Amino acid sequence: MSTSHKAYVYKGFERFWHWNQSLLIFILALTGFEIHSSYELFGFETAVDLHNKAAWAFIILIVFAIFWHFTTGEWKQYIPTTKNLRAQAEFYLFGIFRNAPHPSKKTVISKLNPLQRLVYLGLKILVIPVMVVSGLLFMFYRYPQDGGISIINIDNLEIIAMVHTLGAFLLLAFIIVHLYLITTGHTVTSNLKAMITGWEDLEDEDETTEINIENPKPQSNA
Amino acid sequence: MKNFTTAITFFLAIIAPLVIVTVALRQPKDDHQLLEQLKAKYPIEHKSGVDHSKMAILQQDFTNPHEMTAACLSCHTERGTELLHSAHFTWEREAYIPGRGITYLGKKNLLNNFCTGIQSNEGSCTKCHAGYGWADKNFDFENPYNIDCIVCHDNTGTYKKASGGAGYPVMGPDGPDFKKILGSMSLPKSENCGSCHFTGGGGNNVKHGDLEMALLTAGRDVDVHMGVDGEHMNCVDCHTAENHVMKGRYYGVSSTDSQRLNCSDCHTEFPHQKSILNEHSIKVACQTCHIPVYAKVNPTKMYWDWSTATRKKDGKGFEVKDAEGNITYASIKGDFVWQKMVKPEYAWFNGTADHHLITDKVDTTQPYLKINTLMGEYRDKKSKIIPIKVHRGRQPYDTENLTVIQTKLWDKEKGKGALWLDLEWEKAIEEGMAYVGLPYSGKHDFIKTEMYLPINHMVSQASEAVSCKECHTRSNGRLAALTDFYMPGRDHNSLLDLSGRLLLILSILGVVVHTVIRIVSARKHKMSHTN
Repeated sequence: MSTSHKAYVYKGFERFWHWNQSLLIFILALTGFEIHSSYELFGFETAVDLHNKAAWAFIILIVFAIFWHFTTGEWKQYIPTTKNLRAQAEFYLFGIFRNAPHPSKKTVISKLNPLQRLVYLGLKILVIPVMVVSGLLFMFYRYPQDGGISIINIDNLEIIAMVHTLGAFLLLAFIIVHLYLITTGHTVTSNLKAMITGWEDLEDEDETTEINIENPKPQSNA
Repeated sequence: MKNFTTAITFFLAIIAPLVIVTVALRQPKDDHQLLEQLKAKYPIEHKSGVDHSKMAILQQDFTNPHEMTAACLSCHTERGTELLHSAHFTWEREAYIPGRGITYLGKKNLLNNFCTGIQSNEGSCTKCHAGYGWADKNFDFENPYNIDCIVCHDNTGTYKKASGGAGYPVMGPDGPDFKKILGSMSLPKSENCGSCHFTGGGGNNVKHGDLEMALLTAGRDVDVHMGVDGEHMNCVDCHTAENHVMKGRYYGVSSTDSQRLNCSDCHTEFPHQKSILNEHSIKVACQTCHIPVYAKVNPTKMYWDWSTATRKKDGKGFEVKDAEGNITYASIKGDFVWQKMVKPEYAWFNGTADHHLITDKVDTTQPYLKINTLMGEYRDKKSKIIPIKVHRGRQPYDTENLTVIQTKLWDKEKGKGALWLDLEWEKAIEEGMAYVGLPYSGKHDFIKTEMYLPINHMVSQASEAVSCKECHTRSNGRLAALTDFYMPGRDHNSLLDLSGRLLLILSILGVVVHTVIRIVSARKHKMSHTN
């Protein structure tokens, strides 16, 4: 079998950002669907209060995350590629049941498979911005109308609300699938452990050993 | 070095956002209670600068009410002219109504959904007129001595206008002590205003539902402003007047967005500590949340069906009362429905109202004839949601000429066609229509009517205000009838929700199926290896 080495894949801030984001999305979904009157849990007033607070916390987190992505160059992880895209889809549909190897090798500078790149990029540049913008309009839409700024005069909340609700359903569906796909790493828990500790066993490349930028000495447990 | 950067990163990542979030979202301390206590402790009380009992001119033995007015005007020289132009005296206002133009409307000539209208009934209705002698069309609106100063300014509470007396008071041996009354003249007390405004429609709380005698004695639980255990405010503390022009409008008779009295005049536009509540005030009137119910003490009339009037028992008119003593049927007026602790209905309102004039045609295709129309809608920037009492009923109309009928209800004596005395529709209609100078075809029927009365009084304590969920709820919310806008928690797009649910179910199903196949295939794999 191929050899592997321990690598520091998820940096401190990255993990902080990821877990806070997951917590905030959980709170936002839980309170958001109560505001949508899908169920009763906290009470409408508390739900709105929590939702708005979580929304602001999320926006602050996003600002820091954007800063981090650009200053570290980590944004390049999300550049979409068609290479192995089909193979990756086929792996989840068929290969995984036959114990086939992962078609894309995970490395520190390319830790996302082509499907992940596409989906995460979609979240980052489409779903989350749409949620933030529609959410802010939800909070502030009365002001332009009252101030008479006709160019951003929104007559009806309905379209904003529908977009926001659609985004919420998409995010929720993503989370369901995402939570499941965590278990499809080398072992059932290896992906989860990696996101908690930052360290993961990565398969060695055939020709060269990947160099971890922050930990130049490649660690190997082989 | 690495530890240092980690520390900095963690500070920026964890501490800074937490500090920002905490500071930005801090709730201000709630000192509402303390403020209320102080306000109750230091209310502003009016002390008159004049003691009218020391005025020799007022201490005569008056036998003629007009002479009392003359005595008042001998010092208050300009007040007469003022009053001659005030709505309390003219019972009409000059107003522009969109679609109608300049109108001269008021209690003088408008229809209402209770006793229908004053024309041909002045002798009785003008018991509540701030004047003396308005018995018919010939009343002189230009004569200042026809003004009744006392009805508003008596502070003894003993002055009474006679029933059916065209606004004249009870005088002589049965009357009160006028020397005492004139000596007490001062700012109006709530009792003065209430003597008419509490009893509109023919009895206590009949018409408005939020204005009644109980306000004089009730606590803050009934009305937070007037409560005797609180600030115990008078009507005129809010309804201030400049040259006898009072602030405040009643859109059963008013039409324009002017001279209104707003909560914000005292409380400011943004009185809440929570900004989300202040934001509501752009589209929602204060009263909508702060008057959760009206008619808190005594019931108010919600329905008045004139069509059943004139029934007789043993050749005579009669009355039926319910267990609580409310008249539910009277031969002279028809059937009534009374209600207590009523949840208001709600409407968009921008301060402009139209009225169904007696000359307007009736549209029988509509489910209701609107006696008055409150204008406004969600898209109108000036409109806010207000609580209203909707008074429903049935009124006589001319089925040929398609106009609402002014009935003659009252007269001093029998046999002159007054419905309340003779219990005879045809004659009463003929007399009434002849009085207003409109044709009557001889055929009448009854039409369903609605009248919209904004609710402004019986403001509850903040803790009793309408809660979020009472409107932001899927079904049967307070605002269920206002469908021209999207409200979170009430509205949803069923197609979107259905698609969303399907998406979630499919995701879960996909995960489950995938898991099962993985487990099964892993077992097979293992078995094939061990074999």
